[in-house]
Amino acid sequence: MSTEARKPPPQIALKIRRLLGGKAGWNGVAVQFAFAAVLGWIGYEIVSNARANLENQHIAAGFGFLRNNAGFDVNQTLISYTGSDTFLRVFVVGLLNTLIVSVVGIVFATLIGFIVALCRLSPNWLLSRVGEIYVETIRNLPLLFQILFWYLAVLAALPNPRQSISLLGIAFISNRGLVIPSPIGGSGLEPFLAMLALGIVASLALRFYARRALFQEGRMIRIWPYVLGLLFGLPLATILVTGLPFTFELPHLKGFNFAGGSRIIPEFVALALALSTYTAAFIAEIVRAGILSVHKGQMEAGSSLGLSRGTTLRLIVVPQAMRVIVPPLTNQYLNLTKNSSLAVAIGYPDLVSVFAGTSLSQTGQAIEIIAMTMGIYLLISLLTSAIMSVYGWRVSRSLGA
Amino acid sequence: MKRVTLALTLALAAGLSAQAADAQTLKTIKDRGMLSCGVSQGLPGFSSPDDKGNWTGLDVDVCKAIAGAIFNDASKVKYVPLSAKDRFTALQSGEIDVLSRNTTWTISRDTSLGANFTGVTYYDGQGFMVKKSLKVNSALELNSASVCVQTGTTTEQNLADYFKANNMKYEVIAFGTNDETVKAYEAGRCDVFTTDQSGLYANRLKLANPNDHMVLPEIISKEPLGPMVRHGDDQWFDIVKWTLFAMLTAEELGVTSKNVDEKAKLENPELKRVLGTDGNFGEQLGLTKDWVVRIVKAVGNYGEVFDRNVGAGSPLGINRGLNNLWNKGGLQYAPPIR
Repeated sequence: MSTEARKPPPQIALKIRRLLGGKAGWNGVAVQFAFAAVLGWIGYEIVSNARANLENQHIAAGFGFLRNNAGFDVNQTLISYTGSDTFLRVFVVGLLNTLIVSVVGIVFATLIGFIVALCRLSPNWLLSRVGEIYVETIRNLPLLFQILFWYLAVLAALPNPRQSISLLGIAFISNRGLVIPSPIGGSGLEPFLAMLALGIVASLALRFYARRALFQEGRMIRIWPYVLGLLFGLPLATILVTGLPFTFELPHLKGFNFAGGSRIIPEFVALALALSTYTAAFIAEIVRAGILSVHKGQMEAGSSLGLSRGTTLRLIVVPQAMRVIVPPLTNQYLNLTKNSSLAVAIGYPDLVSVFAGTSLSQTGQAIEIIAMTMGIYLLISLLTSAIMSVYGWRVSRSLGA
Repeated sequence: MKRVTLALTLALAAGLSAQAADAQTLKTIKDRGMLSCGVSQGLPGFSSPDDKGNWTGLDVDVCKAIAGAIFNDASKVKYVPLSAKDRFTALQSGEIDVLSRNTTWTISRDTSLGANFTGVTYYDGQGFMVKKSLKVNSALELNSASVCVQTGTTTEQNLADYFKANNMKYEVIAFGTNDETVKAYEAGRCDVFTTDQSGLYANRLKLANPNDHMVLPEIISKEPLGPMVRHGDDQWFDIVKWTLFAMLTAEELGVTSKNVDEKAKLENPELKRVLGTDGNFGEQLGLTKDWVVRIVKAVGNYGEVFDRNVGAGSPLGINRGLNNLWNKGGLQYAPPIR
């Protein structure tokens, strides 16, 4: 019984075969192509059928409407927008409004979530009960009610603009929102920004240098006094030389409302508040699970090395917990972003409200608009996932896992 | 969520269903045994459910009249409450047979939505409501005001036009439904609530203290409200269109829900034609000879419907004004039934 060594197939062909067909070989490749062709055909049929039927029913189709004038106004725009701008610009305005409320919501949800998790883990009986009550109450109430609660509760508690609460005469709170002085760029603006940027870059370089010194040569360098000097001292010195970078425009009551200054609308506050407190309840549980997943021997090992409790947590426990925390945390970030579409209930002009809502009913082009909206939500979610994956990968790598 | 579901239904309907379903709205309705009618989510006088869940209002009576003409039974209507944003999608996707939901007739809606307006059930115009305590007497004093409006309406666009044309600044807060808009106005989020003037009077009744609020005199737009049907079924278009004309004709001829049977016995040639004892116009529509009798028995003539829902006989107490018959100084005019 003799076996002859088989001649290995050419490398490139083998690679393609593996890539496409897996273990099934060339048969598998054929199946994959057939499957792709069927999928493509179904997609083509749906699109062409939809087009034909829309045409038969004389429903306008295509994306030409994006160049038409929108003809309605939006009360929070991060870029300049008027009623005579196009639907495409409405799309961007709505998207930015969705992004800003999501980002603010994510930041606060994470902060509150971590704090609540630490409360629940605290040996202090009162703190841990407070954390528990927070989590169990907030996560068991429907989000829509929480949004409406914050909106109506906040609105009801606030006075009208003529009786607004004044904060030192420069900022005002009323049921029209929080009005704050808005900065207007002055002569010293450019050097100020340049110095600020320089300070940030120099601080990062310093940190990089200090870490290398620590890991490669075992030297500890205290960098925070230098960083402080770079971040605050440098720009302040610039102001002394070149003058104020900006002046503030103070809001003042005029007619029904405040003129001048910047305004944060109550819809934004209510939505960001509801989204972050709600998601924080879930994040708290995720963080708690992550920290509990680290064996308590790690803590003891840290103590036996003479590290303080805080240092042990920061350098040993939390980095290991992050491996467990990051994937479900990503889910919560995605949920928060998607939940921001509930904004329409309180009149916050997010993407769903101004584009998939108002624009849809002004143009009647449901398929195009819903497809664009779904597409952009998908893109936001995939990007968030990608960023979190990279972060998770870095955490794992730094642990040598 | 409803909007997304609707849009998906539309995508599926447009993508997968065959075209054949189109021209048979009447047959579909008869097979189903119900007329599916899109109405508002609650606008007193036009379409709102009472405390027992029965729908009433001018727009609701249009649905009842059509159901009466088809089934001789005004109760065979399934009401589908729709927000302003969802209404056209619901019509396009076939979820409803007719949209009778205080909808303004405009050229863009008539041409780009794949739907047609069948007539005008109510001539309206956009107005403003403010708190009396603001001491505002004219819409031109509203510079820098915050305005609450329902999203997805012509109102929203008229508002932008009006403030721009008069060089005034304003802040718009747009809500998904009428009730949310009114609630925000009442909570003081905005100084002004704007919608069609009939809607202002109707919504004022919903406020805690209606007398603290006033409707400003300016009317800033033309808002002819009417029912809509899908493109592609001319028979159904005719039925909905002539149901309204039948109600108007009945009022013109003095035919009411009380005297319709006696009138049908008279030897007046026009009455005989209209009430179906002579000729077969109803059958040409795809209905029965006595279609007008059925409609009048179901809801009464246009004047009765107006009085009961929005006019003198209702809490709204709106004057007939433009909605009077053409021979009484109004705009309501029906082509002859002959």
